[in-house]
Amino acid sequence: MTSNNEQLLSGWGNTAPSLATVTTPRSDVEVAELLASSRGPLIARGLGRSYGDAAQCAGGTVVSNRALRHLSPIDPVSGLVTAGAGVSIDELISVALPAGFFVPVTPGTRQVTVGGAIAADIHGKNHHVEGSFMNHVTSMTLATPTGVVTVSPEHDPALFWATAGGMGLTGVVTQATIRLLPVESGYVTVDTERFNDLDSTMEAMQTGDANYRYSVAWVDCMTKGARLGRGVLTRGDHTPRAELSVRQQADAFSVPTGPKLAIPFTPPSGLLNRLSISAFNELWYRKAPKKRDGEIQSVGTFFHPLDGVALWNRLHGTKGFLQYQFAVSDAHGDVVRTAIEILSDAAVPSFLAVLKRFGPHDPGPLSFPIEGWTLALDVPVGPPQLPAILDRLDTVVAEAGGRLYLAKDSRVSAELLRVMYPEIHKLREVRERIDPKGILASDLSRRLDLS
Amino acid sequence: MRNAFGQPQSVLVLGGTSDIALAVVRRLIDARTSQVILAGRDDAALTRSAEELRAHGATQVDTVLFDATDPGSAERAIDEAFSVAQGPIDLVLVAVGILGDQDTNDDSAVETAKMFSVNLTWPAAALAALRPRLLSQGTGHVAIFSSVAGVRVRRANFTYGATKAGLDAFSQGYAESVRAQGIKVQIIRPGFVRTKMTEGLSEAPFTTDVDAAADTIVKGLGGTAAVIWSPPPLQWVFLVLRHLPAMVWRRMPG
Repeated sequence: MTSNNEQLLSGWGNTAPSLATVTTPRSDVEVAELLASSRGPLIARGLGRSYGDAAQCAGGTVVSNRALRHLSPIDPVSGLVTAGAGVSIDELISVALPAGFFVPVTPGTRQVTVGGAIAADIHGKNHHVEGSFMNHVTSMTLATPTGVVTVSPEHDPALFWATAGGMGLTGVVTQATIRLLPVESGYVTVDTERFNDLDSTMEAMQTGDANYRYSVAWVDCMTKGARLGRGVLTRGDHTPRAELSVRQQADAFSVPTGPKLAIPFTPPSGLLNRLSISAFNELWYRKAPKKRDGEIQSVGTFFHPLDGVALWNRLHGTKGFLQYQFAVSDAHGDVVRTAIEILSDAAVPSFLAVLKRFGPHDPGPLSFPIEGWTLALDVPVGPPQLPAILDRLDTVVAEAGGRLYLAKDSRVSAELLRVMYPEIHKLREVRERIDPKGILASDLSRRLDLS
Repeated sequence: MRNAFGQPQSVLVLGGTSDIALAVVRRLIDARTSQVILAGRDDAALTRSAEELRAHGATQVDTVLFDATDPGSAERAIDEAFSVAQGPIDLVLVAVGILGDQDTNDDSAVETAKMFSVNLTWPAAALAALRPRLLSQGTGHVAIFSSVAGVRVRRANFTYGATKAGLDAFSQGYAESVRAQGIKVQIIRPGFVRTKMTEGLSEAPFTTDVDAAADTIVKGLGGTAAVIWSPPPLQWVFLVLRHLPAMVWRRMPG
């Protein structure tokens, strides 16, 4: 039995909420029945961590994947596991780690589902080495309006890859088989380095990232002049068992714990302003060592620092916030500087700016990562100049052959999105085949004319 | 769909020949609006406005006819607008209204009834017809043109002021009735704006031109305030004015 109720839904950014009927099917058969009987619009939703309007559907049906939580035993040799689409990365880690495995890709939060990870083709700090999430999915089951199918890179690759980053517009993922990464411990050995300006941060990443499985830089967007874009670079890999201390060895596969703090309510917008964010950034920068090698950190500390505070998105206030994340090739690495300069000049407060290197693009027409750089920054909604500034930034990114990440987007124009994703017609072709009536649609797909 | 900044893609204007509403729509087209539906009485004027908005960059502009002296036409106009839209309407601007002539209104039952019909009865009926549409599309934003003239009525235009006071009060309750469902309703209270509606009248303090009013309104539409005052200082001016003793209020200029 499924349960229905009307809910006002928004993304993690708390912007543009809309009303939909939320239903929680318990099996792929129930999902298929829903799709067969629906006139649409209908879209799947996981834990609602997409920042914008990807998993909401005004006036339609939102299919929660959270009752699809079955998990197969992990094959100890191949590391393959089959997980229901509603299993979260958090749940997967807590089962995999004690068995000596880690998720092949984790984003900055453990609170995303397998279905969502596929729909956004998420990347982690290891993209430059191991690619995005879909590179580690060997097959998946997809409930489409024309039936339930199991697809893989070998079987119906067009549908498989259109689903990678396809934001749920090719069907509802019900389960996926994922190849896990064997690890010797639940710890990460981390090298930290601090840089005074953007150029030296980027140079260190360009020359040294290949030596690390994981790499990410935090960049300060509130500084100007010579210190513009100063950063803290952290890089590491899973700690071999032999390098753990005696105490750590006793609990070598320590599983990350839940949040210790929660933001109890949404304060008015403006709490995170230029002053408070500058102060925070200063502290963060000063707290980092000039250079420190070989520090052993827990999985949670290294990969998911913000998971320590539940509902931290509320800190951005009642007007909500957005995350602007783009990718550009190495040849257009200067766009990273341009973006930081545009925001810094406009005095738009930006809390966390995260800079990463991407490896090669996978075959997904809507998969975000392209080889080169990606910069992600949180910006609170409120400054009246912000919409026009971001429109300008979109043009800079598009002209450089770059693109925005749909899992983060809440405001790009439909016209520019087409420029950013030149293979977008492949999604349309697949949709004409598996969803001829156009049932699958979200607020995002209607905003960007994808459905 | 509306984006994170509340910028709409589709806009319905009830009172589609209003100078201020059209200036607002031009600005929205500069952002994300591609589809506009202009609804009003004067077919020729609507067609001209539609042409102008197409030239400004709107990809789809349609017109819908109604007569605001006939409240029965409200539901039909809303139905027709939604059937033309073929999808969610992100923003509805309610800009139906006439200023009238107080000297004529003073002693005319017919003119007074007409003022209330056009400025209050028809817009309220249209808002009622709109309500289930918004709730079923699960998203929406309504902005209703009230006026500072309704905040405290003056001898010089009390019929107009009274109709706007009624619409303003109706809109406040209307906003509450759809608030929990995520439908955003805002009331716009402009001061004196130089438009074809006010042509030839003597200007009041804080008079603005259409462009300044439209800038203020567009900024307000992107925000969360329940009331958009244009120009913004009028909020504080009227905080004082509405509490003046009648003896003093009577002697105010403008």
